[in-house]
Amino acid sequence: MAESTFRVWRGDGETGGFQDYTIETTTGMVVLDAVHRIQAEQANDLAVRWNCKAGRCGSCSAEVNGMPKLMCMTRLSDLPMDEPVTIEPMKAFPLVRDLVTDVSWNYRVKENIDAFQPRKPDNEDGTWEIFQDDVDRVMEFRKCIECFLCQDVCHVLRDHHLHEEFIGPRFMVHVAALEMHPLDTGDRLETLRKDQGVGYCNITKCCTKVCPESITITDNAIIPLKERVVDRAYDPLAKLLRVVRRKGTPA
Amino acid sequence: MAGFERHEHDVLIVGAGGAGLRAAIEAAAAGASVGLVCKSLLGKAHTVMAEGGVAAALANVDERDNWQVHFADTMRGGQYLNDWRMAELHARESPDRVRELEAWGALMDRTPDGRILQRNFGGHAYPRLAHVGDRTGLEMIRTLQDHGVHQGMDVFMECTVTRLLLDGGRVAGAFAYDRERGRFRVFGAKAVVLATGGIGKAYQITSNSWEYTGDGHALAYHAGAELMDMEFIQFHPTGMVWPPSVRGILVTEGVRGEGGVLRNSEGRRFMFDDIPALYKEQTADSPEEGWRYVVGDRDARRPPELLTRDHVARCIVREVKEGRGSPHGGAFLDIAWISEKIADAPAHIRRKLPGMYHQFKALADIDITKEPMEVGPTTHYVMGGVRVDADTQMSNVPGLFAAGECAAGLHGANRLGGNSLSDLLVFGKRAGEYAARFASENAASSLDPEQVAAAKRHSLAPFANNGGKGPYQVQEDLQELMQNEVGIVRTEDDLASALEQIEALKERAANVAVTGNREYNPGWHTALDLDCLLTVSEAATRAAIGRRESRGAHSRVDYPAKDPDWGRYNLVLWKDAEGNMKSRREPVRELPGRLTRIIEEQG
Ligand SMILES: Cc1cc2nc3c(=O)[nH]c(=O)nc-3n(C[C@H](O)[C@H](O)[C@H](O)COP(=O)(O)OP(=O)(O)OC[C@H]3O[C@@H](n4cnc5c(N)ncnc54)[C@H](O)[C@@H]3O)c2cc1C
Ligand code: SF4
Ligand code: SF4
Ligand code: FES
Repeated sequence: MAESTFRVWRGDGETGGFQDYTIETTTGMVVLDAVHRIQAEQANDLAVRWNCKAGRCGSCSAEVNGMPKLMCMTRLSDLPMDEPVTIEPMKAFPLVRDLVTDVSWNYRVKENIDAFQPRKPDNEDGTWEIFQDDVDRVMEFRKCIECFLCQDVCHVLRDHHLHEEFIGPRFMVHVAALEMHPLDTGDRLETLRKDQGVGYCNITKCCTKVCPESITITDNAIIPLKERVVDRAYDPLAKLLRVVRRKGTPA
Repeated sequence: MAGFERHEHDVLIVGAGGAGLRAAIEAAAAGASVGLVCKSLLGKAHTVMAEGGVAAALANVDERDNWQVHFADTMRGGQYLNDWRMAELHARESPDRVRELEAWGALMDRTPDGRILQRNFGGHAYPRLAHVGDRTGLEMIRTLQDHGVHQGMDVFMECTVTRLLLDGGRVAGAFAYDRERGRFRVFGAKAVVLATGGIGKAYQITSNSWEYTGDGHALAYHAGAELMDMEFIQFHPTGMVWPPSVRGILVTEGVRGEGGVLRNSEGRRFMFDDIPALYKEQTADSPEEGWRYVVGDRDARRPPELLTRDHVARCIVREVKEGRGSPHGGAFLDIAWISEKIADAPAHIRRKLPGMYHQFKALADIDITKEPMEVGPTTHYVMGGVRVDADTQMSNVPGLFAAGECAAGLHGANRLGGNSLSDLLVFGKRAGEYAARFASENAASSLDPEQVAAAKRHSLAPFANNGGKGPYQVQEDLQELMQNEVGIVRTEDDLASALEQIEALKERAANVAVTGNREYNPGWHTALDLDCLLTVSEAATRAAIGRRESRGAHSRVDYPAKDPDWGRYNLVLWKDAEGNMKSRREPVRELPGRLTRIIEEQG
């Protein structure tokens, strides 16, 4: 058992500052445990989001020593504990209070992305034939737990505040998951170029580095989408053929 | 009613897990205006955490499977206290509900011929759980959420319902606060569907999050609805036990489904030592046969690790009690051993159980492809809940429906793994459908300003308790009490003492004070949750005192045997006119002959 100090952001969108809390820490503790202990013992009203405590729900996103992290998966033993651990809210979203930010923008963005549109069922009982390879191709994207850490770290959103122009890496992953879904017949490329700002991404890969699900956001989702958009823009005939092929293929 | 945000809907759905989302989709499809309220952000409900899979007799892996076998398995698992009609509907309808997810974009693991793959799970005769790796719940909730938001419904995230509002005997709406600003919202609705999940936060060691404070159970109870089967709380046999901060986090049964075995400190596979009579015929009698089952030999029987959860949990407790536990008071769960059997075992484990691999690596420094895990029981699921009509999911309060974990009936004395996700889909849909129908057939109810004012006073009370203690200590004391005295093995003395202590805790809860203001203040939220926690704790304790036998998840040291007489009754709880909790024995509905025959045929 040891004593450790945590420097936690307290305050709302208007006023606030860091406050130090010293608590006892025990083997195996993660940052979220420390926050809970502070909350239970010293600051009952310390605002924080969490649910699963196992890296599955994507609620507990914050910046720990300046790094975007899931607090429930960040172990104290991996941090330098001889100095205070700073814990701050995500920066790309408006602050509600303490460690909680207003992430509602993400939900609005998602609602505006065209929904899944399956091709006609392959079998008479209304089912499809899908093979494991097809599933594996998009599996990576579907692991996303919507923690929004990638959104937090992307400079287009964080520094340039282009929330109206750019949907951010999380939703690039979402569009990729839909576009590469073995059954989907939708076409989201035009919107992706015009309204969703795929061009703003300059492939810095910061998003990929912070993704707790290790989704290769840039290489596997964004770059292929960029390529498709470019192909399309230069080759309207290919576009026509693609539409005919996709809609018309009985599997 | 000035000073409140007012909302009107045909159907108000409380809870946005699998059950709530599925209900919302169905009600919207029926043309009802739908409001959907949840305590967390959308997509973060417990359903997201489900790992192993969703049970449905698709018969894709073993064509001998069908709804009749699934029905019989569910009844046997529930020790025949299940509502047979719910068990029948569930078994019949879950295949369609699972296939429907695919039409909405879900992608599950496949068989070689391109159909949905199914895996083995405890208590299921054939491989029956559709799944995707060990993140089935994520796939399911995301599919429902993404499909749902395009169906036209008003979603209120981070908004907690604290009271149901009534109009005469009928439900009229709900009172809620939003977490962000602490504003009060008044929802008027012709029908309300509760889909609030479970009660695990009443216990110290649990796989459940802060949300699981039994709100739906308590809301319904205080509104006059009956609760049933509250003595049946599932302790999942395999939660993490070390390090302390992760104690209780779930280790999916999928580990055992993929061949994981349980051993004690002497290296013995102790699950072979005690196989209940009800399952003798279906259980392997050698490790070798058990392994053949895992790899799909259709003549082999299940390994004993896949016996029902109540039994496996008790066996682990026995090993620990008798001094054969693991260093931190659990048992060893070993999947790494399968490298003796298959060539690429580590890769296979990482592919089949990626979440578990990551969870142990990151939180416990354990590589499950090389070493065993330490596991022990964790509070996981409540079989008990709001007593509902099997077909419509309506409670005895007109217009008040319940579905998913907060409803009772399907699982009886013990739930089989995978039967919850399918429960959410089947009965979420039904609740949505019948709530919309109820709304279309009934005129709007009216809201009583006096009830609204009372709900507001109740919510603000903790701010007026100057100088009182904070809520966290009361919550912790309750959790410890429930863990120790209303846990896996119970006795009359402990239970009676627990009941007294719950009364004392109620007084302390009434006096807790909160600091800070109403904006995103977890202290305040926890103070309000205490009411619900105490109500469900009392219900669980009273029901546990009432049932003088051991059956399924309810295990009494002073009545260790199953009593055939008790096998004919469910325990029902309700609130009387004086506000006291009452209980009665309610005869289990008699099975029609056609279903009795199915059970007999299945052995
Ligand atoms: C770790 C884990 C793994 C599991 N694995 C499996 C599995 O493999 N297979 C299986 O079948 N089952 C599994 N289960 C069980 C299953 O996941 C749950 O029983 C199921 O998801 C419950 O769904 P639900 O829709 O009833 O409630 P939940 O998904 O828990 O949703 C409850 C909703 O109600 C809301 N709510 C609660 N109270 C209020 C209130 N007062 N006001 C407003 N909203 C409120 C919450 O915010 C939430 O949105 C698992 C459970 C856990 C914890
Ligand atoms: S790679 Fe693109 S999306 Fe990712 S952080 Fe950089 S600019 Fe943003
Ligand atoms: S892509 Fe990764 S970082 Fe971004 S929201 Fe999803 S899980 Fe989080
Ligand atoms: S609490 Fe769910 S990801 Fe951290």
